[in-house]
Amino acid sequence: MNDSPPNPATTTEAPTTAPPADKEGEPRSLGRLFLHNLWTANTVTVTFLAVVLAMVIGGILIVVASEDLHPLYGYFFSRPTDALTASWDKVSEAYLNLFRGSILDVAAIEGWINGTGRWHLAFFPIAETLNYATPLVFTGLCVALAFRGGLFNIGAQGQAVMGMVLAGLAGFALPLPPGLHLLVALLAGAVGGLVWGFIPGFLKARTGAHEVITTIMLNYVAALFLNWLLLQNGVKDPARLDPISKVVHSSAQLPRLLGSDLRVTLGIVLAVLAAWGAAWMLKRSTFGFELRAVGANPDAARTAGMSVGRTTVVVMALAGALAGLGGSTIVLGAQANALTGPAAGTIGFDGIMVALLGRAKPWGVVGAALLFGALRAGGNRMQSYSGIPLELVTVLQALIVLFVAAPALVKAIFRLRAARAARLETSVAKGW
Amino acid sequence: MTAVSFDELVVAEPLWNRERRIGVGLAVAGVAAAVGFGALATGEPARFTLTEDPAGGSVSIDGMFGAVLFGLLAAGAGAVLIVRAARRWFAWLLGAGIVCVLLSFLCWQISSAPAGLNFMPLVDVLRGTFLAALPLIFGALAGVLCERSGVVNVAIEGQLLTGAFAGALVGSITASAWVGLVGGIAGGVLISAMLAWFSIRYLVDQVVLGIVLNFFAVGLTGFIYAQLMRPNAERYNKTPGFPVWELPLLSKIPVLGPAVFTGTLFLFLGLILVVVINVALFRTRWGLRTRSVGEHPAAADTVGIKVLRTRYVNVLLAGAVAGIGGAYFTLDLVSQFSQDMVGGKGFIALAALIFGRWNPIGALFAALFFGFADKLATYLSSISSPIPSDFLAMLPYVATILAVAGLVGRVRAPAADGKPYVKG
Repeated sequence: MNDSPPNPATTTEAPTTAPPADKEGEPRSLGRLFLHNLWTANTVTVTFLAVVLAMVIGGILIVVASEDLHPLYGYFFSRPTDALTASWDKVSEAYLNLFRGSILDVAAIEGWINGTGRWHLAFFPIAETLNYATPLVFTGLCVALAFRGGLFNIGAQGQAVMGMVLAGLAGFALPLPPGLHLLVALLAGAVGGLVWGFIPGFLKARTGAHEVITTIMLNYVAALFLNWLLLQNGVKDPARLDPISKVVHSSAQLPRLLGSDLRVTLGIVLAVLAAWGAAWMLKRSTFGFELRAVGANPDAARTAGMSVGRTTVVVMALAGALAGLGGSTIVLGAQANALTGPAAGTIGFDGIMVALLGRAKPWGVVGAALLFGALRAGGNRMQSYSGIPLELVTVLQALIVLFVAAPALVKAIFRLRAARAARLETSVAKGW
Repeated sequence: MTAVSFDELVVAEPLWNRERRIGVGLAVAGVAAAVGFGALATGEPARFTLTEDPAGGSVSIDGMFGAVLFGLLAAGAGAVLIVRAARRWFAWLLGAGIVCVLLSFLCWQISSAPAGLNFMPLVDVLRGTFLAALPLIFGALAGVLCERSGVVNVAIEGQLLTGAFAGALVGSITASAWVGLVGGIAGGVLISAMLAWFSIRYLVDQVVLGIVLNFFAVGLTGFIYAQLMRPNAERYNKTPGFPVWELPLLSKIPVLGPAVFTGTLFLFLGLILVVVINVALFRTRWGLRTRSVGEHPAAADTVGIKVLRTRYVNVLLAGAVAGIGGAYFTLDLVSQFSQDMVGGKGFIALAALIFGRWNPIGALFAALFFGFADKLATYLSSISSPIPSDFLAMLPYVATILAVAGLVGRVRAPAADGKPYVKG
């Protein structure tokens, strides 16, 4: 699983601390070994503790920004218990709703067992999590592949938007039979994203234009293009006054997996397949090897005969295609059935954070996308039931990624031992 | 050992070097402009007014004639570049060529404008350019300070946003614009302090860190906006503004006066900061130490310069400058904060930094270039241009891409930019 050697500039301590042996000199049992390694700065522990730390800071933010708690803190020093219990109640209720909205709603499960509620309600949280995670897997893979190739693809949002646009156009403009229609629409989405990823890749290869800037600019161009498109005669819905496109035909929509009441679609299966494909490509194919080589050391790759420019272009195009598929799953899936300006939400930017959290590895991206999907699904419920704005979820996500990107900080805060393989950084420090 | 004398040093150069390629591009653009815009332009005159009064002094040129003339001039500049007749004047020829293509385009647009609107108010456009460029200037200066000492600053967007938010919040609560400005500075410093701490102390990759800090800023400001400002806008989101100052003699200069020498504190502060930072970076001891830390921190360390402390100080200063730029949004441009109001200007400022080659004066001109693109888009949509307004709004972004991809040439960042420094 080691893909790049430890970077001496960023490793701060000597790596290995072996568990102490028993008094008789025999090695300890598996259980003891597990517990010993649990409290080291390995990736699982760091991720878990990063989530914990982010939730603590999120809790503080909830308290700070709640106007109804301010008067209680006014007389904090005379009766601290009032303020503290009210704060604890508010924060714990918010986080409980986060959990109930994303994983398990105990009340709904009880209702199902008793027969008072339908089974849909019990599976609703998980379905929502998977629904939100689907496009994030695609955009996360997009950014992760680009990272592995040494490129910062901030344009996942624009690529997803263009993919969504083309998929939507194919969805309502082409009269095709059911299976074929979906396939063509998905293909159209991939092509849309591919073109939008090809442009910055080409510019980088030919002119050296830094992809951070070109991709960000293309994000804005894509959003403005969508705004313009929604007002054009072939695209806009004639029955409505707001800027929305025609409805995508049901023959082009992704089929729902758990019945039409729950929002999980075939898209999650496609997403997992895409992750498997990306993992296979990186590990086992020639192009994957070239991609990793160019990402690790472009000069050495060039010396070895690989074409750095060509690899850059192909990587960006492939990443764009993945992001385009992510955008397609939104308009062809359960989140929207027509194009609107804000339909794509922030999946591109969330994809960047998913890729960082998943450490640019395909299966890590899947796990991170599930976590972010859970946070989003839970955040919806937290907003409706506890009145906490959805932006807190963005803060939590940013904090989690921040702490995961700075494992040394988490290690210092929780006094973890150094991990066996002290290779915790997400990408090689390169600057411009 | 025999003495070797080089009377004539012949260096082999490819036929299609950058100069020639740009010349060809310019010539093609010039011819296309002359043909295309000339055909589209009407016979109406295109007026460029020189005073604030639309009926006052102006320069006028026939639309079709102007479009063709300027297109041919641009093609001529491109031809000069192709034959490499005047090599020393490359930058000037390129600039003149671009201006001529632009003028040809404007002749078409203005002459086709509806009656009563067929003039371009140069004073207003110039003033709009400076005002649109102001946040870019502050952002690019923040980038210069930060990156010259070796820390990549992609978080300019987040610093501007937090500065805007903090300026609005503090300005509203205290009902004072000056205290709000201090609040804005504190907001920018908050993000840059996180940038400094995580990248210098914990060696996090700086580009990644900058991007994550941008998300954090969006989430934090959005959250507190939704919790505090939206329900209670009167108390938390109503900022006082700064008065407009007119410099006594300089504001009477014909075109420049009302545009550059009349404005609020932010305009003058921005222009002064450009000069101050330029002098400080290139003519003081502090500047020399900063630049040495950014180019070769190991050598600077050997001489006794405190590398990490210099980087901390520079990053915090950059945050302060960006905070002022952010405060411009909520204390001058509009009088309230709205979510994600910076809208990508932080990244355009980053492009201005690179386009200006990490130099304060260069960053100023690059920011003015992008600010002009922004103002042009607004102006064109105000004269009911046939180009759809969404495409006009793309103009600054497309200009940025063209600048970074085509016009900038080879750039050299400070050598140690982005590499964390570890002693030993």
